[in-house]
Amino acid sequence: MAKTKVLERKPLTFSEKTYIPQIASGLAATFVNMFKKSVTLEYPEVRPVIPENYRGVPTLVKDPKGRVKCVSCQLCEFVCPPKAIRIMPSEINEEDSDRAHIEKEPAAFDINMLRCIYCGLCQEVCPEEAIFLQDTFSLSGYTREEMVFGKDKLLKLGGTLPDNHFKWDKKKQAEENPECHH
Amino acid sequence: MSFLDYLLPVLYALAMVGVFMTLCAYSVLAERKVCSLIQRRVGPNRAKIPIVGHIPIIGKILTRLGIFHPAADGLKFLFKEEITPQHVRIGYYYLAPIIALAPALTTMVVLPFGRYIDVNGMVQPIALANIDVGILFILAVSSLGVYGIVLAGWASNSKYPFLGAIRSTAQMISYELAMGLSILPVFLWAASPGTDYGLSLFGVVLAQQGLWLIIWQPISALIFLVAIFAETNRLPFDMAESETDLVGGFHTEYGAFKFGLFFVAEYAHIIMGSALFVLLFLGGWHFLPGVADPWPDGLLGILCSISWFMLKIFFMIFFFIWMRWSMPRFRYDQVMHLGWKILLPLAVANFVFYIFLIAFIDNLNY
Amino acid sequence: MLEVQVTDTVTINVDGELAQVPKGVNVIEAMRVVGKEKEIPHYCYHPKLSVVGNCRMCLVEVGNPMRDRQTGEAILDENGIQKIGWAPKPVIACATNVSEGMHVRTNTPSLVDCRNGVTEFLLINHPLDCPICDQAGECRLQEFSAEHGRGYSRFKEEKNVKPKRTRLGPRVTLDDERCILCSRCVRFSQEVAKDDVLGFVDRGTYSTLTCYPGKELSNNYSLNTVDICPVGALTSTDFRFKMRVWFLKRTHSICTESSVGSNTEIWSREGKIYRITPRRNDAVNDTWMTDSGRGLFKEFESEDRLKSYSVDQVAKSLDDAIAATRALLESGSVGVIGSAHSSLEEQYLLHKIVKHTGASYEMIQHIGEGDGLLMSEDRTPNLRGALITGLINELPETQLGQLKGAIESGQIKTLLVFNEDLEQLGMDLSKLKESVQVIYFGSSKNSTSEQAKVVFPSLSVFEKEGTFVNQNFILQKFKQAILPPMGLMSDCGVLKAILNELDKESNAVAMATVDELWGEISENVELLKSVRWSEIPEEGLALDAEAFANMNFVETENLKYKPKLVSETI
Repeated sequence: MAKTKVLERKPLTFSEKTYIPQIASGLAATFVNMFKKSVTLEYPEVRPVIPENYRGVPTLVKDPKGRVKCVSCQLCEFVCPPKAIRIMPSEINEEDSDRAHIEKEPAAFDINMLRCIYCGLCQEVCPEEAIFLQDTFSLSGYTREEMVFGKDKLLKLGGTLPDNHFKWDKKKQAEENPECHH
Repeated sequence: MSFLDYLLPVLYALAMVGVFMTLCAYSVLAERKVCSLIQRRVGPNRAKIPIVGHIPIIGKILTRLGIFHPAADGLKFLFKEEITPQHVRIGYYYLAPIIALAPALTTMVVLPFGRYIDVNGMVQPIALANIDVGILFILAVSSLGVYGIVLAGWASNSKYPFLGAIRSTAQMISYELAMGLSILPVFLWAASPGTDYGLSLFGVVLAQQGLWLIIWQPISALIFLVAIFAETNRLPFDMAESETDLVGGFHTEYGAFKFGLFFVAEYAHIIMGSALFVLLFLGGWHFLPGVADPWPDGLLGILCSISWFMLKIFFMIFFFIWMRWSMPRFRYDQVMHLGWKILLPLAVANFVFYIFLIAFIDNLNY
Repeated sequence: MLEVQVTDTVTINVDGELAQVPKGVNVIEAMRVVGKEKEIPHYCYHPKLSVVGNCRMCLVEVGNPMRDRQTGEAILDENGIQKIGWAPKPVIACATNVSEGMHVRTNTPSLVDCRNGVTEFLLINHPLDCPICDQAGECRLQEFSAEHGRGYSRFKEEKNVKPKRTRLGPRVTLDDERCILCSRCVRFSQEVAKDDVLGFVDRGTYSTLTCYPGKELSNNYSLNTVDICPVGALTSTDFRFKMRVWFLKRTHSICTESSVGSNTEIWSREGKIYRITPRRNDAVNDTWMTDSGRGLFKEFESEDRLKSYSVDQVAKSLDDAIAATRALLESGSVGVIGSAHSSLEEQYLLHKIVKHTGASYEMIQHIGEGDGLLMSEDRTPNLRGALITGLINELPETQLGQLKGAIESGQIKTLLVFNEDLEQLGMDLSKLKESVQVIYFGSSKNSTSEQAKVVFPSLSVFEKEGTFVNQNFILQKFKQAILPPMGLMSDCGVLKAILNELDKESNAVAMATVDELWGEISENVELLKSVRWSEIPEEGLALDAEAFANMNFVETENLKYKPKLVSETI
């Protein structure tokens, strides 16, 4: 058992008992504050600085060549704790020579922003680095339907991020290089 | 008496009520602005009315100052949904906010707020009614304000308003004693033999032509100031409202314009308290202690006296607000302790001291 | 059944523990018996195919008790225990059969090393496109890579690139890069489907699975190659890129294509079926099923599906439809055309209605061409169920018999039809309309439903639960996979309601669930005595078929069916 030590409360001096010096010093403190600069950030006109790695709204990004990175593996849909993500996979047309080797893309990619909890698990799990929680933080809409963001809206929000892997380019190169190909 | 003789007092009264209510409204704005300054915020700065708000530079400055917010606040209270809880006692429930506001408005009848020199060269007060027992009238009527709170707490039929009302009642009774005792020396001082003003507020102001009474009677001023804070239910004495432990106290069950009335009543009381303090201790419309009034003759002099009086009131309102955002709330037992065990004995002692002092000075003179 | 009953067992030592395993099985199967299946990873071995041993993943260490070559005496160590002669190198478990006293080690460090090595080689040219691969989630390579892979690649060179979507047949697409050359599909085509079209061409890393020139993988069993492919190389063109398997709910069901009654698994998500795969049952379908059986769910998604009860072709509530039915049935001279597509429970309840109304009853047999494997001649799943419940006493014809005459001559006033289209049975509906009131049970619109007085939409096999009796008199149950269209009751429920309406006083059938209904069935049906719904095992319950031994069933020999000699002599 730890020893408990009872601390005697110091008796108040006469001036403290009158409260008056204390009140005066309090008033002085608040008075001085009145002339200091305001710390308010006047929000809609002035925007806060969003730090890096901020977890805002999940978005879909494109690679520097403007191609959709998502291959609709649906891992984000699987991992999403509030089940906010819905994906409808589809096959990329064989005639689309630039992207045919990617084979799969989302036909529909919906994130229900009313359900999203911004946990970032979708970003963490994405094997193609196609979904990122970026710096958008304020969302509003007039209807629930409006708050279900579709593929186009998510891509528009996401923009383009640098792609460090060039997985598909490399593959395409190898495919076109007869040395490697059968 | 001609028709005009009837009409004029009514017009005067209406003008006074108009000015008074505007003052209340802008006190609320002052409260919000001062509070935001103290907390290093911006405060109300968005409300805008058409045309005026869009005048190039002035409109913007006015908007930033929040000038249009009181109007928005008032309209909001008017147009909010009028909710009456099912468990209240309807009659008293509606009566309470009216009773809260009425005394504050009534007391201003006897308030002298300036002076003019009549045809005989005598200084006369500007007031709706210059009665000799002005202070008694004010003490009597303003105390009725507590009925508004008690009635609100009781008619709400709900525990927090009830507790708030009970506290308020006890607090009013406690501090009214000290307040009454603290201003007795003031009138003893002012009603020196030879003058016939008695309990008239005008007389007190006249008596401060030289030095203000706050210099002669600092203890009385202090006790009166504390009591005024308690009587108006302002922090650090807002036991009746006490939103941290009683939700909203007596007005918990009130909404929309009924709440608005309570809100206005609080500021009306503050203004009345400020005016009273200025009249009793800060020399009324007199310029500065020890300096003769530089007011010119005629209309200009009247306006100067009124303005100077208003300026002092504004300072007192500011002091009320400044105090509120600097002090924490007293604990309830501390309020009672302060009222009964400190202020009351102090006021009695103060009273006795001035009886002897005045008697001594009077004996010197004769 | 046809399965050889293994009564002989041998004792082997697995990782230091003694175990009894059937004689003559290979080590992988022995481990399955012991419960150590997970210990031996394998790609190319499949229990229903021949052993080739080309994946080298199932390596184990094997040893036998040592004996002196000359004398045959046991060689003992210093403790007096017989020494074990361990094979100098690991051997593949799939091609090693157990023998008495054999010692097996499944998890030594050197074995783990071997498996790691095999895995690394397999992954060298693997595209690692799990995110887009349909096999992800049920991929052997994925599973074993998680266990035996090193997590990074030491392979600095360019990966081999092969075609990603080669069409092997109408239903199968090959992703060549993913193929690990296990040859399961090749063996299946040769040994089971007997349609030898697949093979490997080229050598080394260029080895490729392909069809013989001018041929394609188009037989009715081609999708089984997709099932047995341990990686995502063979993909179903229909299911390709539709849904990840981990979202799909699996429900045990029975294929209704023919009287074989293949055991199946329904893969559904949120009320939508995505695919149907076979479920292993060695007594019924091994691990295979037909391609045509996998697409049966699509016909219930069509526009033709009946979705509401109707009286006089106007949508009505169930109560109204039942009231109308009652009035029709009580007016007398009732005819009933039953169906072997109905479950055993429905047939039982229909039999009660037939008995109650004294209706004349007939049934149609649907006969198609059998393929000698898993598609029998009888294209209904439950003909034997009708025999068992007593609904019919002898095999039905392919056309209506006496009943047709009775209907056309106007003797029958009310006709209860299950699933059959009267027009196809050679009757002119527009003529019949005056004399006969038709009550139709069926899932899709047809000419009969359009003329019927009362229509009860039936549920598909995926939307209800019940039992079928297959060609070998095996009682098999199927479970509900998805919800039926809104507001529809199962046929069982409708029939029960009709029975209760007909016999209000006695409240003939009060049971609500299939389980409760089986309480009555087991009391009243001789062959199903003491059978409880909850006790019917997943692999089915073989019933005593002696009573029907002299019946001339249409089925000819197929994978698990041998016709009785009596039928050949007649």
